Amino acid sequence: MTSGADLLRVEGLRITFSVLGGEVEAVRGANFRILPGKVTALVGESGSGKSAISQAIMGILPSVAQVSGRVLFNDVAAGTKPVDLLGLETDGQEIQAIRGARISKIFQEPMTSLSPLHTIGNQISEVLKIHTDADKAERRARTEQLLGYVGFAKPKRAYDMYPFELSGGMRQRAMIAMALICRPALLVADEPTTALDVTVQAQILQLLRELQSKLNMAMLLITHDLGVVANMADEVVVIYHGEIVEAGPVDAIFRNPQHPYLKGLMAAVPHFDMKPGERLKALREVSVKPGALVGDRRAAKASGPEVLVSVRHLSKTFSTRSSGWFGADTTFRHRAVDNVSFDIRRGECLGLVGESGCGKTTVSKILMRAVTPDTGTVTFDDGEGAVDVLKLEGAELKALRAKIQMVFQDPVSSLSPRMTIKNILSEPLEIHGRGTPRSRVETVRSLLQAVGLDQRFINRYPHSFSGGQRQRIGIARALALVPQLLICDEPVSALDVSVQAQILNLLKDLQKELGLTMLFISHNLAVVDYMADRIAVMCAGRIVELAPREVLMRNPVHPYTKSLLAAVPYPDLDRKLDFESLQASGGSDQQRWGAQFSDGGEENALVPADLGGGHLVLARKSADARELRP
Amino acid sequence: MLRYILWRIAVMVPTLLIISALVFTIIELPPGDYFESYVAELRAQGEGVDNEQIEALRKQYGFDQPALLRYVYWVGGMLQGDFGYSFEYELPVSEVVGDRLWLTILVSFFTIIFTWIIAFPIGIYAATHQYSWGDYGLSLVGLIGIAIPNFMLALILMYFANIWFGTSIGHLMDQKYLSEPMSWEKAKSILEHIWIPVIIVGAAGTAGMIRRLRANLLDELQKQYVVTARAKGLSPTRTLLKYPLRMALNFFISDIGSILPAIISGAEITAIVLSLETTGPMLIKALQSQDMYLAGSFLMFLAFLTVIGVLISDLALAVLDPRIRLQGRSTK
Repeated sequence: MTSGADLLRVEGLRITFSVLGGEVEAVRGANFRILPGKVTALVGESGSGKSAISQAIMGILPSVAQVSGRVLFNDVAAGTKPVDLLGLETDGQEIQAIRGARISKIFQEPMTSLSPLHTIGNQISEVLKIHTDADKAERRARTEQLLGYVGFAKPKRAYDMYPFELSGGMRQRAMIAMALICRPALLVADEPTTALDVTVQAQILQLLRELQSKLNMAMLLITHDLGVVANMADEVVVIYHGEIVEAGPVDAIFRNPQHPYLKGLMAAVPHFDMKPGERLKALREVSVKPGALVGDRRAAKASGPEVLVSVRHLSKTFSTRSSGWFGADTTFRHRAVDNVSFDIRRGECLGLVGESGCGKTTVSKILMRAVTPDTGTVTFDDGEGAVDVLKLEGAELKALRAKIQMVFQDPVSSLSPRMTIKNILSEPLEIHGRGTPRSRVETVRSLLQAVGLDQRFINRYPHSFSGGQRQRIGIARALALVPQLLICDEPVSALDVSVQAQILNLLKDLQKELGLTMLFISHNLAVVDYMADRIAVMCAGRIVELAPREVLMRNPVHPYTKSLLAAVPYPDLDRKLDFESLQASGGSDQQRWGAQFSDGGEENALVPADLGGGHLVLARKSADARELRP
Repeated sequence: MLRYILWRIAVMVPTLLIISALVFTIIELPPGDYFESYVAELRAQGEGVDNEQIEALRKQYGFDQPALLRYVYWVGGMLQGDFGYSFEYELPVSEVVGDRLWLTILVSFFTIIFTWIIAFPIGIYAATHQYSWGDYGLSLVGLIGIAIPNFMLALILMYFANIWFGTSIGHLMDQKYLSEPMSWEKAKSILEHIWIPVIIVGAAGTAGMIRRLRANLLDELQKQYVVTARAKGLSPTRTLLKYPLRMALNFFISDIGSILPAIISGAEITAIVLSLETTGPMLIKALQSQDMYLAGSFLMFLAFLTVIGVLISDLALAVLDPRIRLQGRSTK
């Protein structure tokens, strides 16, 4: 054994899963090392085998997996001899003593990784119960201390809380506390921030970084996000289709990438420094022919008024009730959408950005007439006379439905598994009685061509397509009726980076060729920056800032926009996250936005102030435009 | 929470009232009444009938009154603990039922315990050893248990018990104790007899519960929090007991609501086959002869058990599952 100073050495690791009809090789002879006290990032797309490696290290692979190779764990701090983790008996005493105590893991989904029936204090102190002799009072004391340290304001209260009472970010903090309570030598973090909002992600990354250096612990950070890697890692291991294609110190990897896959990956991520008109380079370019759809459509583009959709003073309130052991029910009224007004101009792409729960999806549902707002108007004018969308009924509503179409987030659940592609794509045409069966098939063929799918796929079912291909089908379905407005609700957030670039380019091409008007909803500022002409930022149901793309990106005025921008991790070693200023700007915490931006609990205290050039920012009526400029 | 409990109990009142109205209507639906069937029976046996006496009886029990009034009397009586008069036995209903009710509850209680004791370990074994020979074998036995009707099992058991042991396994106790007050000897006799009906009545329920427990546990075992527990270093057994099993208990508890009445009313045919001294055979006989107060009381008793069972399971769920207890109900 020549493991030397390495904490963990993976040698010739091979993992196969036996599935129906054969075996799938998930990891093919991986070799890498993890140095003590350093952060090693394992980067790859979904299905590349990176999670299987982490499970193999912990010995928690599902039983259908077969493993060969060696994983040497040399835990100098614990004073034990190097052990081959793969050689240990499955779920035996030895591996159990290592799990949770010397190697621990945090998972991607903070929602499902904690048991909903046990308090977080119970679940965290359980680790101490397994691995130490501490008595009950001591376990509780240590758990509370750590809970306070990972960012719970009231650790004593938090100890007795259930996971569902906490937000996603707080659950992930509880997970971190659970993983770190025994001060492990190695922390395996499997996509620890992927399910979180960008400002929360920045906080969690900061916490992990802080704890990692304080406890002098090694970390295996598994992620697909190069921005996270650039901000966290000391060493990088790139995995592609189960093979390690490149490994080395973070500097070498970012400044001088060698492998074509890694180079491609770096070019496929949208970033803020792209020149106008610069295109993302997808790893696998798919040729699309939007021209196949162009017919009588360009004509429609030229005529008609400038503003296609005009939204004024939309509000929607949801209420939830809860009750305690005693006493009356309390009703919480949650303002999902609060006095939102904006215009979508003909032929433009309006980006709508915000974190989860800010109301952006509710806005899109109101436009689609899937949710009825409490107040407000939506006017749609495609040159055939302005109509009030919210008052339409019967045939008029049906006619409008053909003009507004939607692309959904999840390409898996938004396509019926029991319909062929032909059925899926011709269904909208049938509903609206367009064409004959023969002409519909022709339309379906040209739609497939337009989104870059082979026409031979026409009789296949959705399950035989990859996520990216399914999203193309979803886009083709939305285009089938030749809509005026295309609403894209997080169309790429369920996709891998390389596929994401393909879909974004496709949408961009379609918009240019067909003169589509788009409302592009996303939580990812970089993606919106790539797509949109103008961007609206939403927070807690309100549009806090709306400006042309360059203005918003270069000169944000609202503190929330600033903190959103500051929280995006760049895949660039020279622009690391500034954790200090992140703390200062306060994120979505209204109290810390400064007097001119917060409503101080008053109704209607805030109005959009015009800073010129179509730059609107939500501020107090009394505030002067000059005052708002920093 | 306290409000919730009070609310649930308050809701029981109108529920039971509606059920009582339904029960009354159903009993009234067939043409004629007990006395008509009684007269017909007497005539068939060639006996003379004193019409005046019958009319007097009718009047005495209020059969000449409109149906609505009789319903009010009936419900009012039940509230005061007077369940009416059984014409067939010529005794107040409460006396006729008496012992049988307690014996029924005893049989049911043991059956539930039996079901749980058998179903739990087998269900856990089948889920943790999915697709093993043990799983297949136990599933086969379970499916046979579901497929064979209870009374058939009873007949088979009776036959073999007679051939092999030379004993009759009918009845819940030795016949000599039947009308005696409770004593040690009687209790012993009951315990000697009770296991046969418990096994027979419990067989189908046990098999069903094994299947459901296995399916629920399999779902839970896939969940991410189980992996979290393993990654903590918790041993597989303790993981299983603390996390997925606890989650799988939820369905188990919501089952209580349906298990109580199902066991009591589902075992009638078995009870007839085995001539058990439970309420089942008596209920069927009462329905046949239009002994309306007796039948009505039984049906109300079953309805009451159902409502109580649902209440118990709801409250137990609220205690066990913090999500139900603490989470707000969305009203949208």
